[in-house]
Amino acid sequence: MSVVSRLEQPPSPEALYASRIRVYPKDVRGLVRRVKWAILAVCLLIYYALPWLRWNRGPGVPDQALLIDMWNERFYVFNLVLWPQDFYLLTGLLITAAVSLFLVTSLFGRVWCGYACPQTVWTDLFMAVERWLQGDRNARMRRDAGAMSLDKAWRKTATHAIWLGIAFWTGGAWTMYFVDAPLAVSEFWHGTASPELYAATGILTCTTYLLAGWAREQVCTYMCPWPRFQSAMLDEQSIIVTYQGWRGEPRGHGRRAQAAAVTAAAAPALGDCIDCAACVHVCPTGIDIRDGIQLECINCGLCIDACNSVMKKSGGKPWLVTWDTLAGQAARSQGKPHHLRLLRPRTLIYTIALSLVLIGLVLGLIFRSQMTLSLIHDRAPLFVRLKDGGLRNGFTLKLANKTMQPGEYTLSLSGLPGATLLLSETAPGAGETLHLSVPRSEVAAFRLLVQGQPAALPNGSMPIFFKVRNDTTGDTLSYESLFMGPATSGSGASQ
Amino acid sequence: MPTKIEKDSHTGTDTTGHVWDGIRELNTPLPKWWLYVFIATVIWALGWFLLYPSIPYGSGYWHGLLGYSSRGDAMSGLAAIHEQHKDAMDKIAKMPIADIARDPKLMETAITAGRITFANNCQPCHGPNGAGRVGYPALGDDVWLWGGKLTDIETTLTHGIRSSDPDARQSQMPAFGADGTLKPDQIEAVADYVGVWWGVVPASTDTKAGAQIYAENCVACHGEKGEGNRDAGGPPLNAKVHLYDGSRAFIVSQVNKPQQGVMPNWNTRLDPATIKSVALFVHSLGGGE
Ligand code: SF4
Ligand code: SF4
Repeated sequence: MSVVSRLEQPPSPEALYASRIRVYPKDVRGLVRRVKWAILAVCLLIYYALPWLRWNRGPGVPDQALLIDMWNERFYVFNLVLWPQDFYLLTGLLITAAVSLFLVTSLFGRVWCGYACPQTVWTDLFMAVERWLQGDRNARMRRDAGAMSLDKAWRKTATHAIWLGIAFWTGGAWTMYFVDAPLAVSEFWHGTASPELYAATGILTCTTYLLAGWAREQVCTYMCPWPRFQSAMLDEQSIIVTYQGWRGEPRGHGRRAQAAAVTAAAAPALGDCIDCAACVHVCPTGIDIRDGIQLECINCGLCIDACNSVMKKSGGKPWLVTWDTLAGQAARSQGKPHHLRLLRPRTLIYTIALSLVLIGLVLGLIFRSQMTLSLIHDRAPLFVRLKDGGLRNGFTLKLANKTMQPGEYTLSLSGLPGATLLLSETAPGAGETLHLSVPRSEVAAFRLLVQGQPAALPNGSMPIFFKVRNDTTGDTLSYESLFMGPATSGSGASQ
Repeated sequence: MPTKIEKDSHTGTDTTGHVWDGIRELNTPLPKWWLYVFIATVIWALGWFLLYPSIPYGSGYWHGLLGYSSRGDAMSGLAAIHEQHKDAMDKIAKMPIADIARDPKLMETAITAGRITFANNCQPCHGPNGAGRVGYPALGDDVWLWGGKLTDIETTLTHGIRSSDPDARQSQMPAFGADGTLKPDQIEAVADYVGVWWGVVPASTDTKAGAQIYAENCVACHGEKGEGNRDAGGPPLNAKVHLYDGSRAFIVSQVNKPQQGVMPNWNTRLDPATIKSVALFVHSLGGGE
């Protein structure tokens, strides 16, 4: 049909919209399925149980092993307490995650999608519930096609009720990473939790229920960006789930084909694939692996299990559907041997990048400063003239003690000989150094006065250098600031 | 002009009957959901008309069933804020000012109240954060004409300086020149004497005559060595801080006919708790004694 004639046709609505074909994945048993169950169990256990893990940090500090305390701006990870200033570590963590994903994908295809992605894990869990209550593929298809009955009604209701229960538990568990878990649970049921907590639980309950119960493979196919750029990570040396066409084709049911042929000699020579469609029926995304590598395939390998069990039953050679590289398949189809090439420029670059980021992350963690110091010079007045002709500058000093012990600090100043540091005219302890205490894991603000008599201030200001030293650990930190005065010599003149 | 409404063969929809240069327009109705949403918003709007102030008539307007007004909202918000601070401010009003300074929680409220009140009332003369300006003393330095203790500052704030309050801080420097008490050459001599302290007259100058005049006329208020006298309200003359001007000419003009500032008594405008708050704030600027 030419372009012109196609344009003249009124568009038919059917052509532009294809409704989803519901996928009814069949139960399958085998090596891959066992591995997938194991990973699912571990992932869910970590997700649901981790907020309940306690970690003693002493009185007055949350005892939850992993807690993102937004309100108090603290991020507790076991022995580590991160502050908003340490946020770059999170960037490092995200880069690590991204590069690891690149590396793993270029080596083994979309194993993340197939095994560890929350979408896959929860969909698997929801499907297990569905299978338990509504039976396997054929039973479900029959029931869905059939009329409403008491049996259908209770099975459907029960399925959705359990789904909602799991979804609620999932949404609730998420909030526990942000609010102390036992507290969150008790507040939730007493109705005293924050509106945010209820909202977060509600929203995540809905998303879990919708994404794992209803949307399922559509998330991977249409919503998730990852499949879109996986092709940039994959190459012909990546190990992916693949159907060995050269072994399987021409496919066909041997006995049926022979029966159809008039003579045994006329029967076509068939490949290993008996065209039973077992691999298609188990596929959670509803595709046919025999069509080759596809956007929808999440590399879960369930089709491998399915084909292997068919082959076992029919006495064929297993691993017709297997893990292999495209290059390997091309070689094997011509009878040539093929060796895996794990070390390729791509994987090398990813490995180097990953190592660099990891080294940076570890160094960042080790050399993370245990205190921060900031000084803000008073804006008005910039300086105060004193009776004896000296000058005084006011600062707001903020000292953060990131350790879990009370911090005793000594503040000293260089650059202005003979300067006096004082917290206020009346506070004791004025002198060349000042003693400051900051409670553990807190920021303390002090109003600091610096008094001095600079010989001359040609530009109206001179650099001064504060140094703060933790008396226990010996850590030091410097801060450069300015001492200001009238832009003349240091004596005489009116204010 | 609508002429002929006909059925379009492709879509099965009526045309509007309008024809422009042979082009006919399909009459595609609004989507139903859109229309219903529109109607719903109209009904919703009617509800709002009823509940809230809406329709003006003659001298008044429809107040709405909820009795809402944005002014009332603001007023109740203000009342709520006052209510919120009432406890703290009541305590501040009752407690001696030195005790407030020892209570960090109360101090937080007082300093905040003080800062805001200062910015609104005191800043025009004393400058931001008491930076001071010519004729208006800096409040963060260590020179206090009437004392820099908390109670001193509170008293000065309450009764003012040379204000109409009977308890105001009072001091009056005589106009030595204008009254004829001192002759011009005597004034010049005393200016030399004080000018040496200020660093505006060479220290080698012979100031014997000036010292004599100073001892006879100025010591009572300004002290023997120019250290000042707070009881008499005499400013120190040996300080490197100058209220007006640090020049010798200024000394001459001041002795001849003095300039003296006035500060209002704030007890007529601010309540005691607020005055205490301002005193605490001023004290915290760095110069408090
Ligand atoms: S084709 Fe096979 S590996 Fe790919 S999603 Fe389907 S079952 Fe999983
Ligand atoms: S399960 Fe194996 S034998 Fe059956 S259709 Fe799929 S590839 Fe062919």
